[in-house]
Amino acid sequence: MKEALLFSYEVACDGTLLEGSRLVVTDVPIEVFCPVCKVPRTLKSMQWFCCPECGTATSEILHGKELVITALELKQ
Amino acid sequence: MTTEPRLLAVRKNVLKQNDVLARALRERFRAQGTSVISLVSSPGTGKTALLERTLTLLKENYRVAALVGDLATENDALRLARSGVPVKQITTGTICHLEAAMVERALEEWSIGPLDLLFIENVGNLVCPASYDLGEDLRLVLLSVTEGEDKPLKYPTIFNSADAAVITKCDLAVAVDFDEVTALANIQAVRPAMPAFLVSSKTGQGLSNYLQFLTATLHAKLHVPADEASSHAEIRSGTSR
Repeated sequence: MKEALLFSYEVACDGTLLEGSRLVVTDVPIEVFCPVCKVPRTLKSMQWFCCPECGTATSEILHGKELVITALELKQ
Repeated sequence: MTTEPRLLAVRKNVLKQNDVLARALRERFRAQGTSVISLVSSPGTGKTALLERTLTLLKENYRVAALVGDLATENDALRLARSGVPVKQITTGTICHLEAAMVERALEEWSIGPLDLLFIENVGNLVCPASYDLGEDLRLVLLSVTEGEDKPLKYPTIFNSADAAVITKCDLAVAVDFDEVTALANIQAVRPAMPAFLVSSKTGQGLSNYLQFLTATLHAKLHVPADEASSHAEIRSGTSR
């Protein structure tokens, strides 16, 4: 996903005002809510939806599905 | 003149347009009393075969119809039409998944009476359809015994976006040494507590449990307030938080 975004961003910017600009992608780790510990936990692997501390299975995703343009950095 | 770069906060969800349309569709379906079930899988898993059986069996008791996405051909729509229920094709051209706007457009062009159940068969693809909410109540992810038990681990995102898994072509399980226990464990690993069904569209094996699950979902929807009904689907699209 990230590679596809970076590649197509450059192509889309060609010949526009944005030509030469840089796309900076920040990965958001997958955070789930553990129903036993009652706190958010960061997953170690996308193949294993379990609390890394107590091992309880959980499907409740709090973060990690974001695909958001957060900000533009401009030179004056 | 300052040389410090200026940071301008934007915070714009890239898939927002699709999510807004999907939410409107969900609201419309709810108002009409129509439950919507979508099917996603690799090409060749047996979405069309399962759907043909499903439509044939459900049409006795429910008003059912199907939308089917395909890149180029009408083959799947023609197969589904054999069930005798209304079927409409969405040709996506070069696009590898369905989007909410395509569903909306197809419904506009389609003069069809009130429905209890609308099925949406997505384009065969285990990657892109995961990101596009279609306004469905229930997303089924299919996996055939010939594909290997580790499909859920290879494509966790789509399995995670689904509400139930269906393992198809079980009549071939012995021939391909399919390890049912491992497959079910892999599904649970990427989507804990997701119901899973083992079926054969060819022999009819396992279809009654699967159909019971679908109709129970339909009946549950009729008695659930709108807010609750839409909550999971919005979590799926990642926009509610």
